Amino acid sequence: MSTFLLLTITGLGLGAMYFLVASGLSLIYGLMGVLNFAHGAFLTVGAYATWFAESKLGGISSVTWRFVLASLIGVLVGAAFAALVELVLIRPLYLRHIEQVLVTVGLSLATVALVQGIWGNDARLYAVPPWLHQTTSVGSASIPNDRWVEIAAAALVLAGLKAFLRYTRYGLIIRAGVENRAMVTALGIDVRKAFTLVFAIGGLAAALAGVLSGVYFSEVDPGRGTSLLIFAFIVVVIGGLGSITGSAIASVVVGLTQQYVNYYSPGVGDLSVVLLLALVLLARPASLEGRTA
Amino acid sequence: MAGLLEVRDLHVYLGESHVLQGVDLDVPAGGITALLGRNGVGKTTTLRALLGLVSRRGSIRLEGDAIEREATHSIVQRGLGYVPEDRDVFAGLTVDENLKLAARDGEEACYDLVYDLFPELKQRGRQRAGTLSGGQQQMVAIGRALLNRNRLLLIDEPTKGLAPALVADVARVLERIAESETALLVEQNLAVVRRLAGAIVVLDQGRVVHTGPPTDLDDEALVHRLLGVGHAA
Repeated sequence: MSTFLLLTITGLGLGAMYFLVASGLSLIYGLMGVLNFAHGAFLTVGAYATWFAESKLGGISSVTWRFVLASLIGVLVGAAFAALVELVLIRPLYLRHIEQVLVTVGLSLATVALVQGIWGNDARLYAVPPWLHQTTSVGSASIPNDRWVEIAAAALVLAGLKAFLRYTRYGLIIRAGVENRAMVTALGIDVRKAFTLVFAIGGLAAALAGVLSGVYFSEVDPGRGTSLLIFAFIVVVIGGLGSITGSAIASVVVGLTQQYVNYYSPGVGDLSVVLLLALVLLARPASLEGRTA
Repeated sequence: MAGLLEVRDLHVYLGESHVLQGVDLDVPAGGITALLGRNGVGKTTTLRALLGLVSRRGSIRLEGDAIEREATHSIVQRGLGYVPEDRDVFAGLTVDENLKLAARDGEEACYDLVYDLFPELKQRGRQRAGTLSGGQQQMVAIGRALLNRNRLLLIDEPTKGLAPALVADVARVLERIAESETALLVEQNLAVVRRLAGAIVVLDQGRVVHTGPPTDLDDEALVHRLLGVGHAA
């Protein structure tokens, strides 16, 4: 039972990171029709910005506060980078979807190469507060504390996004834009501001995933964004393009499946996720949330 | 009457198809100008081109200002209201949210007018627009456009697909609109056009082939030749 509980909480922690990447990816595609292959770059930039900031904040004696401040910087850098990408690279290619895909693929490759060029191929150790790697007993299971933080962060982002989409003017514009972008502009709304905002939100969430992945794996490497992006794409397709709730459900399903299968059949976890994707597409081509995959 | 909207040599290509082939069109200030024509002659495309929803070439002037190079949202902010052919309500949003979205920043929204014309929209404010009937969705679409003070309303087939009783209701609403607003109306229902329009413009094969008063529709031979309906004399 303790093993099952540990696997479940770990799977939820992994799912939390997938959700943080997938939520922005899903909103960006839903609103703008941009398949953003550079989304993993936002994660990498956020993770490395956090690692770099932490190394420069030696003046702060408390490890916890140093990490919190570095994480905040990393997340803001990720959001700013994403907004800049939208303004400089995506906006000029509005409605030119093939070119947009090529640009985002190119940016993804360039970001990895740039990080490798500056900090090398080797993974960098993440200095995190020791309590994050300690455990909490739940029944007979000892659960690493970072799993709770990852789950809580994703839950907060989910609640924040839902509240933002439901209660704010921009949230209303984004929800309407996901349904019919042309009609939103025909109501006199400059939807381009919403585009930039969605990119910034997506970049912020992805950068947070980068920080948390650094905590989860205790290190960060140049390929982290790319590897998590693959699973985030699967989550988005299963959950429904443009659906935040669908992404949340699919993230949990994918994270748990991967953990359970990897434990009982080591090495087959990734394959099981791909099979899950195929099964969902066969059974519900319109995805879990009823949106076209 | 002064020309509110002046369109000259308007061209639109949709893929390989040359849909509008040099449309010249004037909409005078006040009342309703009806844009007529057979199916597929470019009526909806004309409205979409005026709003910049499709790529177009030519001159479009609203009260003398050239707007053909402006983005759609800027054109709409100049005071162009739009009721699209298929209503295009946001199905996942509530009726209230559909209206709220349409209210332009910095302008006082005319909720009283909208609820006066369509009391049902107030009662169904929390209902998702996607669950409304076709007639109710049309109320949302028209209400959305009337929420703001417009210099020109572009209304695309508002009676399309509606039951006869609802057509009469929509016609009554359009009649009230005509008292205070200027509108360019695409409409297939000639009875509605005769009742509402102050002028008619007929399109054929991407060009304007006739302009005149609505009484021209009493000439059956002309109607048959231009619109392909009724019997030739």
